[in-house]
Amino acid sequence: METIATLLGVDPFDLWFFVEVLVGGLMAGVMYSLVALGFVLIFKASSVFNFAQGVMVLFAALNFVGFLDMGIPVWLCFILAMGVMVLLSFVIERVVLRPLVNQPHISLFMATIGIAIFLEGFGEMLWGSSIKPLDVGIPDDVFFLGEAMIQQNDMFAAVVASVLVIALALFFHYTRIGRALRAVADDHQAALSIGIPLNHIWIIVWSVAGFVALVAGIMWGSKLGVQFSLTVLALKALPVLILGGFTSIPGAIVGGLIIGAGEKLSEIYLVDAIQSFYPSFSGAIEEWFAYILALAFLVFRPQGLFGEKIIERV
Amino acid sequence: MTDSKEELNMLVRRYLSKTPKALLGMALGAAIGAGAFTAGTASADEQVIPSLVYRTGPYAPGGISLADGFADYFNLINERDGGINGVKLKVVECETGYNTDRGVECYDRTKNEGSGATFYSPWSTGITYALIEKATQDKIPILSMGYGRTSAADGRYFPYVFNFPSTYWNQATAIVQYIADQEGGVDKLKGKNFAYIYLDHPYGKEPLPTLDILAQKFGFAFDRYPVPPASMTEQKSIWLKIRRQRPDYAIMWGWGAMNGTAVNEAASIKFPMDHFIGNWWAAGEDAVEAAGDGAVGYKAANFHGAGADYPLYQDLKKYIYDTGKFAGKGDQWGRVLYNRGLSNAIVAVEAIRAAQAKYGNRVITGEEMQWALENLNMTDDDIAKLGATGLTPAVQVTCQNHEGQNPAVLIQQWNGSEYEIISDWVPAMSDLTRPLIEQDAEAYAAEQGLQPRSCS
Amino acid sequence: MIYREAGQFKTSYAADQQMLPIPMDRWFVIAVVVFAAVVVPLIGSQYWLESILIPVLILSIAALGLNILTGYAGQLSLGTGGFMAAGAYMSYKVATNMPDFMPVWVPVLIGGLFAAGIGIVFGLPSLRIKGFYLAVATLAAQFFLIWLFQAVPWFVNDSLSGVPSTPPMAILGYKVTGAEAQPEPKYLFVLAFTIVLAIVARNMARSRIGRSWMAIRDMDIAAELIGIQPLWTKLSAFAISSFYCGVAGALWSFCYINSVEPTAFSINRSFQILFMVIIGGLGSVLGSFLGAAFIFLLPIFLNNVPAWFGLELATDIVTHIEFMVFGGAIIFFLIVEPHGLARLWQIAKEKLRLWPFPH
Repeated sequence: METIATLLGVDPFDLWFFVEVLVGGLMAGVMYSLVALGFVLIFKASSVFNFAQGVMVLFAALNFVGFLDMGIPVWLCFILAMGVMVLLSFVIERVVLRPLVNQPHISLFMATIGIAIFLEGFGEMLWGSSIKPLDVGIPDDVFFLGEAMIQQNDMFAAVVASVLVIALALFFHYTRIGRALRAVADDHQAALSIGIPLNHIWIIVWSVAGFVALVAGIMWGSKLGVQFSLTVLALKALPVLILGGFTSIPGAIVGGLIIGAGEKLSEIYLVDAIQSFYPSFSGAIEEWFAYILALAFLVFRPQGLFGEKIIERV
Repeated sequence: MTDSKEELNMLVRRYLSKTPKALLGMALGAAIGAGAFTAGTASADEQVIPSLVYRTGPYAPGGISLADGFADYFNLINERDGGINGVKLKVVECETGYNTDRGVECYDRTKNEGSGATFYSPWSTGITYALIEKATQDKIPILSMGYGRTSAADGRYFPYVFNFPSTYWNQATAIVQYIADQEGGVDKLKGKNFAYIYLDHPYGKEPLPTLDILAQKFGFAFDRYPVPPASMTEQKSIWLKIRRQRPDYAIMWGWGAMNGTAVNEAASIKFPMDHFIGNWWAAGEDAVEAAGDGAVGYKAANFHGAGADYPLYQDLKKYIYDTGKFAGKGDQWGRVLYNRGLSNAIVAVEAIRAAQAKYGNRVITGEEMQWALENLNMTDDDIAKLGATGLTPAVQVTCQNHEGQNPAVLIQQWNGSEYEIISDWVPAMSDLTRPLIEQDAEAYAAEQGLQPRSCS
Repeated sequence: MIYREAGQFKTSYAADQQMLPIPMDRWFVIAVVVFAAVVVPLIGSQYWLESILIPVLILSIAALGLNILTGYAGQLSLGTGGFMAAGAYMSYKVATNMPDFMPVWVPVLIGGLFAAGIGIVFGLPSLRIKGFYLAVATLAAQFFLIWLFQAVPWFVNDSLSGVPSTPPMAILGYKVTGAEAQPEPKYLFVLAFTIVLAIVARNMARSRIGRSWMAIRDMDIAAELIGIQPLWTKLSAFAISSFYCGVAGALWSFCYINSVEPTAFSINRSFQILFMVIIGGLGSVLGSFLGAAFIFLLPIFLNNVPAWFGLELATDIVTHIEFMVFGGAIIFFLIVEPHGLARLWQIAKEKLRLWPFPH
């Protein structure tokens, strides 16, 4: 690293710092991907843009931490919380999705916002609005890569995300249900005609999204405490989603990495550059930068990075 | 296009079977239309105290403590003393969710409750801003203790707004003063480098001009790190920058989920926690609990006591907690922001008492409350009689100065299980801020076309 | 019996083309307008005028704006709050820096025009991006604009806090903005904007420009083939929609919350207005009003229900129930009436046509 630094003519610390920012950004991106994955799963199988995914993360984490506080062992809490998510998927399918079949996409989108609002109230009613610290033994120390400080919990999140994606890939490719899910994603009517029950598939896919939400909720909850603000994660996942494409699982991961790294690098280096001209510039551009980045990208590739090519006919 | 006819048939069938739904829709509309929204439960012989709370949403972790402490103290007065000289106090809560427009609606809905609102505690700088003119017009005082519009400290232009015992500007000077004390004098501030982390919201921006002036005067530098309200939980790049900058101290103006995230991130980059000082809205337990051991050593300013070790708490236990008459879940006992709710309520009750002494032992009006707040003089002896020594500061307000005389702050430190007060009162540099306050108040008056009232 | 469409003969082209060709509709609308303009200010209490009617009317304007974009032109937008903020900040800037002789509606309109310009810029991607991708892309406008107005103190005349109070302004000696204004003139001021903008929206929708919007909405490629320019059509929809939102934002700051405040135009506002449009009815002027009233009043209504029954529920429980019922009501309405409240009104009219002999 020092030799590279001398070659580039910069201070070695700056170079290490760059590494730290890059790694930190990529890891933050992984955390966004965890949320974005849930969106992708549901959109793929039912073309529903599920805005409630962010609230599902909170709801799953609230249940988990609620059970944990009752003195139930961690593994059982996980199963119980998962059970609640399956139940939720069942109810959503019965009460919301089935009556809205064949309605315009925007109606379904609005219905998921309705679900989000309902779950916000319901989750807080059940478990209260205070911050609940969550500790399931995820390491939270740091280690040094040269002079770059790397967070252990970030690394842990990356491992969890990788395992999750591999597990999902295996599930989709090698199980009967997975094949059925892919069939539904490709063509609803064809899938129906060969006897795949759509309603069951929806319950399953919402449950899988609930599972992803639970994992994301535990990761985010251990980091920040389980609290209402976890719902804003949905807004962090959206640029990831349009960058990676609504229908691509690898897209959600790659999109997350690009958004995370782009956001942190721009917040630090772009703001530095602007501040050297306008010292009073306040920064905090990362809130919208991810969106502008994704937007600029979309103008060149309207279906996202890995999205299916849009073919339009009259 | 083969199934379009079928579709049409289906549509027709559907709409023909719709009568009940149409009726239902209309009935609902009528119900909403007919309902008078101002229905209330307060009667005319009660002193109505509206409380604009946020017990839900992203700011609830702080809001619940505030609301509970505020309500519990008024209840205590009712239960223990039978009200103030026989006048019962009625707290009317209205949920704002920290949203300005919801707060304005709450204000309009509650101001005519019973015999009319006594005063307002909006618990939000944004809502306070939106209510200043309205409340002045309606002659109902706003008691924004330690928040809201700083220049409202100039009572000549803001007769109905009170922000004692100190403003954001003076708090900023007091924190800098505290740092100077730690370093061994204001001359040691020269060449120091601070980080100022703030919520990118009216509240967080308030102290910026003061910090600019202090930086110039004492020769320190400070970097600004705004945290957008929509992504309070994402501060990684801010703390990366701070790690690169290695500031000597970090000062934070945070609220809601921002506090916990900041303390967490600070702990994870191994920032020396005893050099990280929050303002008094970043002084709650919610700021430190999620970070665990990493938060030990974190400091914050405050204007009242921490913990439950006050005689007043024995009464609270006897009349409120043991009888189950507490607000909320009763789990906020002794928390810092609960004490802030108490502190607000104590001041309000004493002001009502003073107003009764002047106008008679009856329900007092907003206008009378304004007089009482403006002539408030709570000495240490008065506070001792209430069993609240150390819990709430002595305050003296004048017509001219709504911030109170001698604004000052305490510094508290988190020891892993509770906050301990670790400093004496650190005086603010009010000689420095007062001209700024008057200047800003005059600019406001010019924009609004206001004339100063005479304070002699 | 009561409502009749049959037997209406038109003898001139103009009569056939008027905005409300059925006399019954026409008289009804005129009666509603007269009622709103004359009777309501006389009988309305301050609470009703200031806290219910003014915000509902202002939100109706914003809903009209979004309906033009989403309902007529088919472009889903989540950036409404940002465009409203653009109108609010610009009109504040103009109002505090313009010479005194300028009438009070000038800053409001300039705010609207500024928002329209910004709408065009953020509408440009709509030429390439469609559907939910576009919806998410419009969030860029939402976040960027809110950030911009906070980061650039010029917009608020370098106010220290960044949330200046709006200055009082008057028409014919009656103050219509700021907190000192009496509710009645304020209400009439907002009502005047609402009526004019609603008439304009109704007429745009049934003129050439409205038809080209709807063609683009229904199938943009087909529309392009028959000679409708997507560039001009989509951008005009964005511009006009943003103009409406900008005016609404300016009025919101000047006549309702009395300060220019970023959180009033947050992402939640965007969703709220989208709800109004969807629940009210896509592509319907009446629906915008019904939706605005419904979505704004339902939470307040729910919040008050327990008190009417003498129940003293804890504030947080009431709010949680309010959230749950509100979320549930939205799903319920989407299921039972996907075409919105405007459709319910249409059904009611059909019933009235047959009443009292439905068979």
